[in-house]
Amino acid sequence: MLTTSRLPAPPSLSFELIRHTLRNGLRVVLAPDRRAPVVSIAVLYDVGFRSEPEGRTGFAHLFEHLMFQGSANLEKLEHFHYVQSSGGLFNGSTHLDYTSYFEVLPAHALERGLFLEADRMRSPRITEENLTNQIDVVKEEIRVNVLNRPYGGFPWLQLPQLMYDTFPNAHNGYGGFEDLTNATVADASAFFDSYYAPANAALCVAGDFDPAEAAEMVERHFGPIRRRKKPQRPNFGEPPLTGERRDVVVDQLAPRPALAMGYRVVDPAADFTRYLATVLLAEILSNGDASRLHRSLVQSKGLVTDVNAYLGTFGDPLEERDPTRLNITSHYADRAATGAVVAAIDEELDRLATDGAEPGELRRAAVQLAATISQELDQVMNRSQEFAKFELLFSDASLIQRLPGLLNEVTDADLRAVAGALTTNNRAVLELVPGAAK
Amino acid sequence: MTALLQVPGLAPAAKPKKLSYSERVLSSGLRVVAIRRPTVPMVEVRLRIPFLSAKPNHLARSALLAGTIRTGTAERDRTSLAIALGDLGAELSVGRDADRLLLSASGIAAGLPALLGLYAEILTSASYRQAEVTGERGRLIERITMSRSQAGVIAGEALAERMSPGHPYGRTLADAPAVAATTAAQLRSLHAGLVRPDGALLVIVGDITPARALAAAESALAGWTGAAPPVQAPPLPPITERPLLIVDRPGSVQTAFRFGGPGLPRQDERFPAFQLANLIFGGYFSSRWVENIRERKGFSYSPRSAIEHAKLRSSFTVSADVATEVTAPALLETLYELGRMASSPVTEAELESVRQYAIGTLALSTATQAGLASTASGLLGTGVELEWLASHPLRLAKVTVAEVAEVAAEFLAPRRLVGVAVGDAGAITAPLAGIVEVE
Repeated sequence: MLTTSRLPAPPSLSFELIRHTLRNGLRVVLAPDRRAPVVSIAVLYDVGFRSEPEGRTGFAHLFEHLMFQGSANLEKLEHFHYVQSSGGLFNGSTHLDYTSYFEVLPAHALERGLFLEADRMRSPRITEENLTNQIDVVKEEIRVNVLNRPYGGFPWLQLPQLMYDTFPNAHNGYGGFEDLTNATVADASAFFDSYYAPANAALCVAGDFDPAEAAEMVERHFGPIRRRKKPQRPNFGEPPLTGERRDVVVDQLAPRPALAMGYRVVDPAADFTRYLATVLLAEILSNGDASRLHRSLVQSKGLVTDVNAYLGTFGDPLEERDPTRLNITSHYADRAATGAVVAAIDEELDRLATDGAEPGELRRAAVQLAATISQELDQVMNRSQEFAKFELLFSDASLIQRLPGLLNEVTDADLRAVAGALTTNNRAVLELVPGAAK
Repeated sequence: MTALLQVPGLAPAAKPKKLSYSERVLSSGLRVVAIRRPTVPMVEVRLRIPFLSAKPNHLARSALLAGTIRTGTAERDRTSLAIALGDLGAELSVGRDADRLLLSASGIAAGLPALLGLYAEILTSASYRQAEVTGERGRLIERITMSRSQAGVIAGEALAERMSPGHPYGRTLADAPAVAATTAAQLRSLHAGLVRPDGALLVIVGDITPARALAAAESALAGWTGAAPPVQAPPLPPITERPLLIVDRPGSVQTAFRFGGPGLPRQDERFPAFQLANLIFGGYFSSRWVENIRERKGFSYSPRSAIEHAKLRSSFTVSADVATEVTAPALLETLYELGRMASSPVTEAELESVRQYAIGTLALSTATQAGLASTASGLLGTGVELEWLASHPLRLAKVTVAEVAEVAAEFLAPRRLVGVAVGDAGAITAPLAGIVEVE
């Protein structure tokens, strides 16, 4: 048997980071690592679906698609061709608070990749024809991921509408078909002008390069982009919930019920230590067979098929500003069990708030999270996106490397406090009723 | 009008780095391959155990075994086992397909000996306690029910049956009654029969010294012994021309198309040309088919074609989900692009683009510990040696337009493929029947 003294230490991370800001305001992070002959370039813009205008739900994501449709010096399809015929990969993704673009390339294609990113920061080429085409593509994306899929978009599309009262936080980030159809080229130009200024973005280059040469290339390609005003970010905060909110949605394709609970949690910018305790709490609740909810709801009581606790919209606990949430979701066989499922979750939260962690439990959660972070940062595409994200949201690219140490400092008292804050009055409970149950 | 800026050219390519690895076949017959990749202080483990069987209940039993093998050992119950893994920063997952059982883990590199010790415990003394089997059995049935509500899953099952009728490859999901009838004793017996080291493959990749990792594996797994009985899988039936199968999913707002046909294994001398033909057709974003039905016509979000390698057969697959109202036009464009591949040569520019893409993404796929571990396990598990990683780019470099044309004519011709369409039959049957034979 293993004894505590023989347990391995949590992995520590030591990627070199070089940060500077261009005259046009673009924040730049260089993360050289010469162990594999690949590079990744990520540009994150400080705009997500929280910032899209009313009547234009889904616009931030639609705009992400348009950023691939050609730019100042590139025709439609050329961006994809240049990346892929250089042996590389690309993608983009839209989040609540930012939009991310990246390409991973063999090291010898670095300068080409920088040119491609700079060119669309200079000016994307948005035409009626490309807009119409990408509205169709986005509708197909929504059909395959939501409309034609059981549990599609549950709960990230529905839970915010119950938990929040203001349009930026509550609306459907994929967008309604009517809003998508109404989008115009003029909307796109205005969105670009407002939010895609160099000063509203962070660039990270990670991988196999010489830092001085890379800095020179970055200056050559991004430096000449005109400086524009960085938009003032509105305060999206909402007052705390004053009572439990409940609602029911019917899913015609789902054969079994599901449940999603959302709890408002502390603002990460206001109290990062307390927020990290919430991150560990989510781990302790549902990561693995020894986790609290798995042991109780799945194994011991046999109430549910699965249960999952996670922070944020898509499960990355460190990608959102305030307000953000802790989600607990579950699938189970019988709708009559809903009350028992909620009660069993409450029981576990109460136990953690009262008794705290078991011996070794907090350390284990911190080690597991540190291991996951290490594994993720092994991929150059993740490194470039994570460093850029931490630079953009926390003004500190290196924060992610310090997380293992910071997680280790979370105390049992911290854990009990954040578990105690997950009260009935502080949550929304959304029940999914299966329309296809036999 | 300002002049357009020039897209920068490429710097000279670096020579690919050689893999640093050692391997050994243990006296039990287990092959162990350890690769050094000290990028982060972690280690990846892949244990691949041959699991092909033609027994009628094998699918249900192996699916339930995969769900219960790590729920307790002679020494530890489910919670203690999970705690032991968690203390090592490790996660262990179990997957299965018709060919193999795969126990994958990642953990802190310094904990490798202890992690392998937990592997040994599971392999030699997984207990299949009655309560765990009963619980997992019920949850597996629930998960099967939920899976079968997805159009993609229904289509995948239908295509597998179309490609490999009557063969273990022809079924991907177990049926609920067969799972419900599976007992703990049957799982123990299956474990005793097939969870054996002779013929199995253990790949270790990470911040390790290969020699020490081999020694750790030899020491930890010394007690795991025995050979599985020889596999008696029926031969795969050839894929023969069949009408397009329409599977009704009333009210579907999309049609899920899946097509499949024979392919070439990686060892075949024509494989590089086949790989490039697939890419030009629909295997990457800049392909003919994706540009056509997504970027020009907006019919589909993520159309793609792929090459899949199973032990007994490699195959070529084509998949797209399209709006119900454009189902027939989408099929027409698909057949057009397949037919164009099969009947007329690609351009030098198209070939050069996919050549660079194939070489570059091979390097990317092996640039991480996890990617390298999965790639190595997949290669070695289907009979391809690691040397392939270094020599394959050289073969890709030599492929000609004529060679692509030859394999495309053989493998991408529409009539070589069988297909299924899962959607609202009332809306799509008549339009589809106007283009191809349907059933």
